[in-house]
Amino acid sequence: MIINVIRTALLNFRSDRGAILLTFILPMVFFSIFAFIFGGTRNTSKVKVAVVDLDQSQQSKRFLEALDAEGSLELVMSAKGATEDNPFTLDTATAAVRAGDEPVALVVPEGFGSTQFEFDGSGNRPTLHVLSDSSDLVAPQILQGLIQKVFLTSTPSEAARAGVKLFRQWAGGLSPKQETSIEANVQLLEQMQSLSGSRSQSSPVSVDIRDVVGEKKHNPVVAFYAAGIGVMFLLFTSAAAGGALLEEVESGTLDRILSSRISMTSLLVGKLLYLALVGVFQLTLMFVWGAVAFKLELWSHLPGFFLMAIATSLAVSSFGLLLASVCRTRAQLSAFSTLVILIISAFGGSMFPRFLMPESVKRVSLIFFNSWALDGFLKVFWRESPLSGLAPEVTVLLGCSLFFFIVARRMATRWELQ
Amino acid sequence: MESPLVVEELRKKFGEVAALDGVSVTLRAGEILGLLGPNGAGKTTLVRAIVGRVRPDSGNISIDGSPLLPGHSALRSTLGWVPQELAIYPLLSVEDNLRTFGRYQNLEGEELGRAVDRALGWSGLADRRGHRTETLSGGMKRRLNMAVGVIHGPKIALMDEPTVGVDPQSREKIYEMIRSMNEAGTALIYTTHYMEEAERLCDRIAVLDHGRIIAEGTCDELVLATVGPGRMVAIELDEDIPPVLQELWRSRGAVVDQRSLRLKITSPRTDLQPLFRELDEQKLTVRDFALTGPTLESVFLFLTGRELRE
Repeated sequence: MIINVIRTALLNFRSDRGAILLTFILPMVFFSIFAFIFGGTRNTSKVKVAVVDLDQSQQSKRFLEALDAEGSLELVMSAKGATEDNPFTLDTATAAVRAGDEPVALVVPEGFGSTQFEFDGSGNRPTLHVLSDSSDLVAPQILQGLIQKVFLTSTPSEAARAGVKLFRQWAGGLSPKQETSIEANVQLLEQMQSLSGSRSQSSPVSVDIRDVVGEKKHNPVVAFYAAGIGVMFLLFTSAAAGGALLEEVESGTLDRILSSRISMTSLLVGKLLYLALVGVFQLTLMFVWGAVAFKLELWSHLPGFFLMAIATSLAVSSFGLLLASVCRTRAQLSAFSTLVILIISAFGGSMFPRFLMPESVKRVSLIFFNSWALDGFLKVFWRESPLSGLAPEVTVLLGCSLFFFIVARRMATRWELQ
Repeated sequence: MESPLVVEELRKKFGEVAALDGVSVTLRAGEILGLLGPNGAGKTTLVRAIVGRVRPDSGNISIDGSPLLPGHSALRSTLGWVPQELAIYPLLSVEDNLRTFGRYQNLEGEELGRAVDRALGWSGLADRRGHRTETLSGGMKRRLNMAVGVIHGPKIALMDEPTVGVDPQSREKIYEMIRSMNEAGTALIYTTHYMEEAERLCDRIAVLDHGRIIAEGTCDELVLATVGPGRMVAIELDEDIPPVLQELWRSRGAVVDQRSLRLKITSPRTDLQPLFRELDEQKLTVRDFALTGPTLESVFLFLTGRELRE
């Protein structure tokens, strides 16, 4: 009997091209759009800096080259549409920032390279100017921090001389032998610097930045969108299938079925299994598409993927039945389910990653079962979690599935007998 | 022969409205019992109670002497139900609909295949077996709705107004299906508010009104017990009938409205002349006049004082 329910639902589904399109094609289109926009790179975009070099000295050029070598900055030497031999002037750079063409501009003043640098700021070196746009608070801060870093690392001999000067002043002087030795070393440092260009890797504190999550992955963000969009559309599919149940109620088909030899519980179990089957297929198709088109590493994560897909599909399917069982009409279901699905998708992380949410929201969002589904998929694809590591997510999802089904069954008693 | 279906003192209220108010009716083996009544009389509620879709407040239903209790699915499978609505899957083919509902009746394999073939032949839809149901005409859908309801070859079939909205040609085909089914041994309860259908198809008729069986018997028995062998006279007048005269004619068993009068007469030859004379004396002008033989319509009118299709 249960198999007959599944078979009938599948036959109906197969005959409904619109439903097939909504279930399988539309989610992949949405996923592709998100993956295309956000999945290409995980790096934050570089901060563009319009540069006005009024000094044009060796030092200023070396300093700017070192700044340009920083991964977070992109130095722009001339205005949009202008040729390279027409570099920014103070006026054109100001205008570019004002127009929003560039978020920030750096002005290296005349005399920058010919004056002494002092640690305590007592020197007469002209101040570097940063022209910023108040709507972008981040860009000038990044630029300022990197200027300090690059200055120290790109001109180590100057820093050494300034340091020795300070030492002389506060430590009571150096012996002639020490002076000679220091000068020889500083000159050696200058020679090494000229040999290696401006890209000195020296830094007061050595820092190695290593991506431990997704370090070796081709395109890890795609996994997030495949799961997020997949779960959201699974919810819509289940709600629509719940609508089919209400359609059966309205047309009298359900009455006819229940007058035969099948019980309401068996009927709902059949509907649940059918929905879960479609759900697993829908998610599989989505992830296979992700693997083929966006290099999602599905093949090496198949056991974890299927475990999560089955648990998620069961929970979502029961939820679809619950939605249908609490609504009186299909119109009511359509409005109610859209509202509920959008809310829980937003909190659950389908639209915006939960790991970027504030801690309090992140905690609250755990009351939505889809959060657990997404966490589980991210554990599989980002955190390389073993199957045993998915126990909390799978347990919560199966528990939710059971709870939703029991409530749906109780609500469905109203269809059993008048 | 034992009656396959017996309903005793069945009562069901929806809120304050008594849909069934102590209905007792017996379906005899091999007969077609017509349940005749206007909309809202309780016909559908009675059928739904028999097939287990309405829980009666009190009363008993028994099949072949065994009480039909909730959840008694094996006994219930001796029933076939054709609901008033088209309870079929529009996106499935004719054959898939038959197979689907056949499986719900525990038919499988070759038995299911034979049942599907039989149902296709019976409903005249063999050449449409692969067609999607939504593409069928209204009459074909009705026939499929019937075939689906009796795919398992039940001993008793309950048909709830199966010809609603059907064109005359399809209606004839449906009558033919019902007769052939009955000839094959199936006893039927057939609800309708079409008098002609009840007269043509049914061996016996039970008249249902306000949730109660108000008369039961063959068509002739009902006529004799109510309007008798006489004729019905229907007269339309140009003037309003004075209230005193309305009361007088009502006391003689007539149905009287503001400007119309319906009255049973024994013989047109002896009774018509005095009637027209009386109207003339009361200065009432006859605008229209009709004389009909006894029908179920007149039986119903006699029993309830209302038209069947009101």
